[in-house]
Amino acid sequence: MAAVLTRNIIKKFGEVPAVNGISLTVPDGEFMVLLGPSGCGKTTFLRIICGLEKQTSGDLLIGGDVVNDIPPRARGVAMMFQSYGLYPHYTVRKNIAFPLRTQRVPNAVVEKKIEWASQLLGIGHLLERRPRQLSGGERQRVALARALVREPTALLLDEPLSNLDAKLRASARLEIKQFQQRVGVTTIYVTHDQVEAMGMGDRIAVIHHGQVRQVGTPTEIYDDPADRFVATFVGTPPMNLVERNGGFIGFRPENFLPRDMIDDGAVTEFSFRVDRSEYLGSERIVYGAIEGFDPTQVITAKLPPAHVAEESIRPGEWHPFAVRNSAVCHFDRDGKRTGRH
Amino acid sequence: MASGPVVTEADFHPWSQSPDQCHGRRDVLGSILVAPAILYVLLLVGVPFLLAVYYSVSAFTIYDPSWRFVGLANFEQIVQNPVFLQTLGNTFIFTFGSQFLGLILGKFGALLLLRPFPGRKIVRALIILPWAVPVALATVAWQWMFDSLYSVINWTLIALDIITRSQAPNWLGTPGLAMLCVIVVNAWRFFPFAIVIFLAGITAIPQDVLDAATVDGAGFWRRNYQIIVPMILPIVAIGLIFGIVFTFTDLSIVFLMTMGGPVGATSVLGFEGFQVGIVSGDVSHGAAISLFMLPVLFVVVIFMLRFIRRREI
Amino acid sequence: MRRAIAKVVREIPFFGAVAFFVILSTFPFYWMVITSFKSNSDLYSVTNIPFWFNDPPTLEHFRYLFQETLFTTWLLNSLIIGVCVVAITLVTALPAAYSLARMTGRSGETLGIGIFLTYLVPPTLLFLPLARIITELGLQNSMWSLVVVYPTFTIPFCTWLLMGFFKALPPEIEEAAIVDGCSLFGAFVKMALPLSLPGILTVVIFTFTLTLQEFVYALTFISSSAQKPITLGVATDLIRGDIFYWGEIMAGALIASIPVAIGYNFFLDRFISGITGGAVK
Repeated sequence: MAAVLTRNIIKKFGEVPAVNGISLTVPDGEFMVLLGPSGCGKTTFLRIICGLEKQTSGDLLIGGDVVNDIPPRARGVAMMFQSYGLYPHYTVRKNIAFPLRTQRVPNAVVEKKIEWASQLLGIGHLLERRPRQLSGGERQRVALARALVREPTALLLDEPLSNLDAKLRASARLEIKQFQQRVGVTTIYVTHDQVEAMGMGDRIAVIHHGQVRQVGTPTEIYDDPADRFVATFVGTPPMNLVERNGGFIGFRPENFLPRDMIDDGAVTEFSFRVDRSEYLGSERIVYGAIEGFDPTQVITAKLPPAHVAEESIRPGEWHPFAVRNSAVCHFDRDGKRTGRH
Repeated sequence: MASGPVVTEADFHPWSQSPDQCHGRRDVLGSILVAPAILYVLLLVGVPFLLAVYYSVSAFTIYDPSWRFVGLANFEQIVQNPVFLQTLGNTFIFTFGSQFLGLILGKFGALLLLRPFPGRKIVRALIILPWAVPVALATVAWQWMFDSLYSVINWTLIALDIITRSQAPNWLGTPGLAMLCVIVVNAWRFFPFAIVIFLAGITAIPQDVLDAATVDGAGFWRRNYQIIVPMILPIVAIGLIFGIVFTFTDLSIVFLMTMGGPVGATSVLGFEGFQVGIVSGDVSHGAAISLFMLPVLFVVVIFMLRFIRRREI
Repeated sequence: MRRAIAKVVREIPFFGAVAFFVILSTFPFYWMVITSFKSNSDLYSVTNIPFWFNDPPTLEHFRYLFQETLFTTWLLNSLIIGVCVVAITLVTALPAAYSLARMTGRSGETLGIGIFLTYLVPPTLLFLPLARIITELGLQNSMWSLVVVYPTFTIPFCTWLLMGFFKALPPEIEEAAIVDGCSLFGAFVKMALPLSLPGILTVVIFTFTLTLQEFVYALTFISSSAQKPITLGVATDLIRGDIFYWGEIMAGALIASIPVAIGYNFFLDRFISGITGGAVK
């Protein structure tokens, strides 16, 4: 039985559909990431699951029960907000206790649960402090503790890492993922950052203009994108796309190598004029144009620095480059993925 | 290249003086700019304040302007006067009654104006009117509404068959009713301000906190009293402080509506001070009466400063 | 269809409450308006329905007000007082606010709060000694006494307001002017002032309305009718013997209230952002 199941959820604000028909199944215990650019509807969709917004049409099932008309507190979901939403006038202890108090849980049980949640997240020493006395990472853990203390059927997170500074993000990412694996709660995580999505998700749902473009594991999303949007949204630098035969072919920068670096398999060859290269330490990014295609379109190649001979990427010259055929994606005129040749 | 005195970069650079001189300049200019304001306030607020204190401990009347020092005699005489005690009591009733009423009206008004609805802007402009219009003029309108013969309120009550003409109350001429009237008028004057304060406080609450409370299971009332009220307390406190200060020291409403009557039932400190000190010319006693306002004001201001300091939630 | 009706029914208590508040706020003004236009025979009749005209509306009260009372003199007085007080306030509060906002750091904040607190010192305490001072200056019973005294509360409040506006101005602009060769004072006059014009305008409007509203000092210092400002005049002078000329009083109150009400509405949004910007993070 799926923990969360939606059937063709549509949400319109006036005439504008923010969510335009999303049907998604999230199995019990899965870490599902909703990935998409700002304004694509992912946060609205999350809020519908939570119950803070009501869908215009479509069904939502949590734990097997239809919850369309049920208020948030009765749905068995917990949410962690972008700016955490901690109650500023309560201590950490009272913050965590709050969801239990509203359900009139007896005191003894409340104490035990607070104990459990604070142990789990390592915030036992912060219980008597107020939110304004906590660092960003500590606030996040308190918000998580508050969410978990109700043992929800589904845990919803709305871009929780966007308020942390860059350094903290990587370690927070790890913490959240490890933590979710330990506790095993079904988690739906919204983000616009594809690195987070790829790093944390069991499965990713790529959302654009209120619709799911593809649902799959990180590998599927990356190697087997369903359309142009998914192909170019995931991956840095983005996939190269060139027009050919009324459609498009795409190849990722790390697959676009000097011809003599590929010695097996069928390849598609290009003549590549190098314009500029950036040495980033762990890799070298080379920018240029390929012969026979739009000369203003910038093509990127991502090369391992150690194995590349200087002369094969000298700027201003044409060099033979190639892509393994198995790594080429074909898209039709509308951007949909077609079978590989 | 012409010969002549060599012009160096230092001549053009505004900070060519040493940094200390620069900061010194800054400080001097800063002081000069603030000086007129401070001077004005010191001369026309500070000095009169000290004068008031001095009058209260002297025997100054306009008929006998002597600066004899009489210690606390004035205060003793006042406190022993039963009319004064009634005045003091009235002032407290007047202040806290109207603030309480004003706060309640303000709270509910703010809740109504929170979500957008068609015509909200116009409604808001209309609801602000009691606060926006000069006190004296609005009070005069109320005075006319409470008129002993032509009161529109009485007319309505009679028309609705709630009372008969002979039972029609003389609002401003009956002791208990008169106090009720001045309280209502003052609350009426203040509640738009309370609405503004409440709205400002409530809209400053981050939506995430309210959403979290909803998801955590808090219904409307719990959200209101456990989340919203504690979070708007600081700003409401500041508004309340203003309200208390201006009400406790007010004289306009009482002067215009009841002249302190009937029989001193609505006399308040500000009004008594005026009657005794200005109208009767007994400056020293008048000053002493006015000074009774100070203890309450001090307490209130101290609370306010405390809140300003603890601003961050 | 049924859903639409149900929706309307659900909203009735809400709009009922809104209507209650609107009526509560505006009824006295409705009363003011209608009294101004009602003929005396209509007004002073116990049996006539008060809420609308029984006899045709009349401009008699307005005529009387303008032609047979000192109403126009009062209007003029208030105008003169208002303009003078605004001028004094601007000249004093603008530099003070700028200095406190930019130049004096921590101590500036405290000083600013100190100045603001003087706004809370009640007129019903100060009027006694001020009456003596005014008499010493020979200004008793003259409207110029008010020009001298009103800045005691307009300056503190406006300094506080203007501090907020100046703080919101990025200091980089003045610093750029200084690097370009301006003096500190020049930067103030040429950069900060023009850029804070909206704030200054707000302060001007608010100061003007404050002076129009004031009652206690006017009541204390002025007794002769010709020197009274508008609010004092309308509230106290339209009485002959024991008889209140209600029609005229309401007409005068109406005319005097309108500019103040308009001014406050302009001011309101600024005031709210001022309070929330300061008091709550």
